[in-house]
Amino acid sequence: MKNFKFSKRGLLFFLMFVAVLALPFITDALLGRGWVRIVDFAMLYIMLALGLNIVVGYAGLLDLGYIAFFAVGAYCYALTGSPHLALAFPQLFPDGVHLSFWIVLPMAAMLAGGMGVLLGAPTLRLRGDYLAIVTLGFGEIIRIFMNNLNAPVNLTNGPQGISRIDPVRIAGVSLNTTQSVFGITLPSVHLYFYLFLGFAALVAFVSHRLEKSRIGRAWMAIREDEIAASAMGINTRNLKLLAFAMGAMFGGVSGTLFAGFQGFVSPESFSLMESVMVLCMVVLGGMGHIYGVILGGLMLALLPEMLRHSVVPLQQAMFGKVIIDPESLRMLLFGIALIVVMLYRPAGLWPSPVRRRELASDEAAERV
Amino acid sequence: MNKRSAPSPLKGEGWGGGEKPVDRPLLEIHGLQVAYSGIHAVKGVDFHVAPGELVALIGSNGAGKTTTLKTLAGLLSPASGQVIFDGKNLAKAAAHQRVAMGMALVPEGRGVFARLSVAENLLMGAYCRSNQTEISDDLARMYDLFPRLVERRDQLAGTLSGGEQQMLAMARALMSRPRLLMLDEPSMGLAPLMVKKIFATIQDVAAQGMSILLVEQNARLALQVAARGYVMEGGAITLSGESSDLLGSDAVQRAYLGG
Repeated sequence: MKNFKFSKRGLLFFLMFVAVLALPFITDALLGRGWVRIVDFAMLYIMLALGLNIVVGYAGLLDLGYIAFFAVGAYCYALTGSPHLALAFPQLFPDGVHLSFWIVLPMAAMLAGGMGVLLGAPTLRLRGDYLAIVTLGFGEIIRIFMNNLNAPVNLTNGPQGISRIDPVRIAGVSLNTTQSVFGITLPSVHLYFYLFLGFAALVAFVSHRLEKSRIGRAWMAIREDEIAASAMGINTRNLKLLAFAMGAMFGGVSGTLFAGFQGFVSPESFSLMESVMVLCMVVLGGMGHIYGVILGGLMLALLPEMLRHSVVPLQQAMFGKVIIDPESLRMLLFGIALIVVMLYRPAGLWPSPVRRRELASDEAAERV
Repeated sequence: MNKRSAPSPLKGEGWGGGEKPVDRPLLEIHGLQVAYSGIHAVKGVDFHVAPGELVALIGSNGAGKTTTLKTLAGLLSPASGQVIFDGKNLAKAAAHQRVAMGMALVPEGRGVFARLSVAENLLMGAYCRSNQTEISDDLARMYDLFPRLVERRDQLAGTLSGGEQQMLAMARALMSRPRLLMLDEPSMGLAPLMVKKIFATIQDVAAQGMSILLVEQNARLALQVAARGYVMEGGAITLSGESSDLLGSDAVQRAYLGG
């Protein structure tokens, strides 16, 4: 009986695995190539949300400037994988710098992790709203730096951003080209999908292992009660810094992937609104729960696009013209959705079993 | 030393603290002064706890008891003075290192991890230890010592009653196998019956040879279980001695025992 149950579960996982692998083809066939690109972005958002989940969900440190680490990763590869640096240092780099993506990736992850520690160190004694304000400021500082570092030396090209970034190459094969494997034609967006899927799976796996580890338990103790946590012998300072560093590293990795995929970065991709979006993915999905966070990331990355693609045709069919701009409608619906979820599912759409238990026992406590 | 033969669910294994010969105090405090955000809360206190001894630090609200205890645990740093634990000066030891050295604090207001289960809370207490068999042995001992926690094992700690949370906080502290247990106001906010239970458990643990520093506002109760006591007032120790003497002293009677 137990065996049967296991194989049923295994079968379910296998079917899901196949469905995910087939996702770009299904999307391509049903909705068109543009949608595969949107799904690719959803994968990047999932990675970001999982990274932020370490900081916010596990360690309980509210970070409103998380997108800064995404920016650090993206600019890392933009500078070291494009002709851009030829503008600033023509003698030194006549063709710009063209490091391999796979060399930049670990460097960017380390740099972003270092930035995480840099943000964490001065804020160790802050919690809740105070911490949120400092992190918010940090996120803005990074963005404004990227915006203004085009003078005196043109390092970031300012608001115009950096373009012509090298595509990701695997064994010399550029992912910006169409490839065919075993007779299956894989356009560039499909190739990037599988690359991002692999990274997202890796990030989810690492998150899972961290959650179940001694480190993860220590983070949760700090989240619950910092004084009691240090009375347990937990080095709260180091573990908080580690949470910032780990979260930032995941952000940096996904930023590097973003730069390679997009081929172009500019400061406007790293606005406060992006930090807020990623935080909403974590909170709406279910703080501290990996599946919930993945669900939140998928939903908040895909739903606005669906809206964008349905509102205009719908309005044209009904009124013959576009009355409400989809962009403003998006924020309205997003706000309503947030309020509704927080009222009716305060632990998120797919909370962890513990959080579910907590809500259930709250109700039980009220009955007593 | 204490009555080691007393029957108890701890199966007489002892806590390690009682095994040592009583040649020097386990904990010595010399001229401790603590100030934070402009308040000079502790103004030079001296006291000691011998191995296996239950010592009470009593005094009214705001006397500096909790500040003293937090400083001993490494959560606050002293302005001056020395804290010597087991012959080692703790000046440079951070809070988490002190736990590994054998000091365990049950913080004021209990500080249980509300969204972790009772069992998870207990395991957090053993965070500094690595021997899994010993940890699960101790877990079983805690369930023996606090049978209430067995029924609530998988419940979230935040849903326990105040008294159960106090038991959990004590059990969690004992899970680090401390040599000195520091209790901050264990009677706070509890019903009289529960306070009685908690203090009976404190006596049980002390009877096993555990050294305990008990900080309490409830002077009578604290002095009834403690061997010795210190009375703290306005950040300084004003009176000290055997519990029975303190209980009989006019000053203590008037100030803390209501008559």
